[in-house]
Amino acid sequence: MTEERVWELLQEVKDPEIPVISLVEMGMVNKVQVQDGIVQIEVLPTFVGCPALEIMKRNIAEIVGVAEGVQEVRVQFVFEPAWTSDRISDVGREKLKTFGIAPPPELLQIEESFDVPCPFCGSSNTRLDNLFGPAACRSILYCDSCKNPFEAMKPV
Amino acid sequence: MNTDQKALQELLFQLADDDFILAYRGSEWLGLAPHIEEDVAFSSMSQDTMGHAVMFYEMLESLGVGSADDLAQLRKPEDFRNAVLVERVNGTGHYIEQPNYDWAYAVARTYLYELFKWVRLQSLMNSSFEPLVQISRKMMSELRYHLMHWQTWTKHLANGGEDARNRLQAAIVQVCADIDGLFSLGPNAEAIVGAGLIADEATLKQLWLEKATEALSKNGLSLPDTFPTPSHDGRAGEHTEALTDALNTLSSVYRLDPSAAW
Repeated sequence: MTEERVWELLQEVKDPEIPVISLVEMGMVNKVQVQDGIVQIEVLPTFVGCPALEIMKRNIAEIVGVAEGVQEVRVQFVFEPAWTSDRISDVGREKLKTFGIAPPPELLQIEESFDVPCPFCGSSNTRLDNLFGPAACRSILYCDSCKNPFEAMKPV
Repeated sequence: MNTDQKALQELLFQLADDDFILAYRGSEWLGLAPHIEEDVAFSSMSQDTMGHAVMFYEMLESLGVGSADDLAQLRKPEDFRNAVLVERVNGTGHYIEQPNYDWAYAVARTYLYELFKWVRLQSLMNSSFEPLVQISRKMMSELRYHLMHWQTWTKHLANGGEDARNRLQAAIVQVCADIDGLFSLGPNAEAIVGAGLIADEATLKQLWLEKATEALSKNGLSLPDTFPTPSHDGRAGEHTEALTDALNTLSSVYRLDPSAAW
């Protein structure tokens, strides 16, 4: 088993709450080390209290753990470096849009609130309805152009 | 156990228990908040806060103090180090029966607490205990959304007519009756500060005063001139019946079988 192969396998582990995007595309995988069949993976939590963390851990074990040449998978959640929404890859950002979730704006633009274009029609004529949405990492917005409510990843 | 280890554990219990109990009080609002959007928002924030408590309990676990779940659910009330402010009930009645909860108190308490948490995390970002530095930075990025949210409510209520405004101002006074307990670092304060874990009480209080005064004055609200000494010193393990009741409720399932796998 090689580190490159583990990264490929991790590409198959999806975010439990947004199944179109992988943990790698979310920028959540910090480091992979392989030694004598023991795979160590450092994962950066998006939110401290995210209830999906344990599910991710299990899913990583299920996919990486059964690969040939793997004896054991050790998943560790770390906070150094801190995950920020700027870590989401360009591919990941496009995939979020196909799922109806607007990708987060860049971190430096945020003051009291934030603006994002509608993931459906691209209009900037949107407004924030609720900073808090169905998951800690998302907010609820409304598009005044195409009249669709939508979610956006919070910039953190 | 040497003095520094004892100091670190005491501080971690303060951090964990404050967040844990306040998040529990927040969770008691589920289904009762003024509108459904607020139910979503308040629950989300309580989940964040509960998650922060988990991190602190897990730090204690890694120091060999006990399992995080046991620390949260099996300790006696007198072993809790939270400030009394966070254990106060949400209002009269109980969640299941006649919950006459006070929304103005919820806004005032949570907002003033989270402003203090901002000050506390800022200080912890310079802590001598590296795990606290890392986790504080992460928690900060979540906390800013909580602050935006409570600032919005403060604005709504302050500008929402005389009744809303008076109730909020009265709630601020009520919260301030317990607020001094929040700044306290407890009987081991000297060792905690001496170990470089966090700034001293007077500094934390001063920074909070500046921040809270500014946040409230934007909406024509103010803090009382002086704060009384709270009735119980939570940092020394002195608590009200409200904490005993809360712990009995929140741990009732866990206590049925602490060895069960979740």
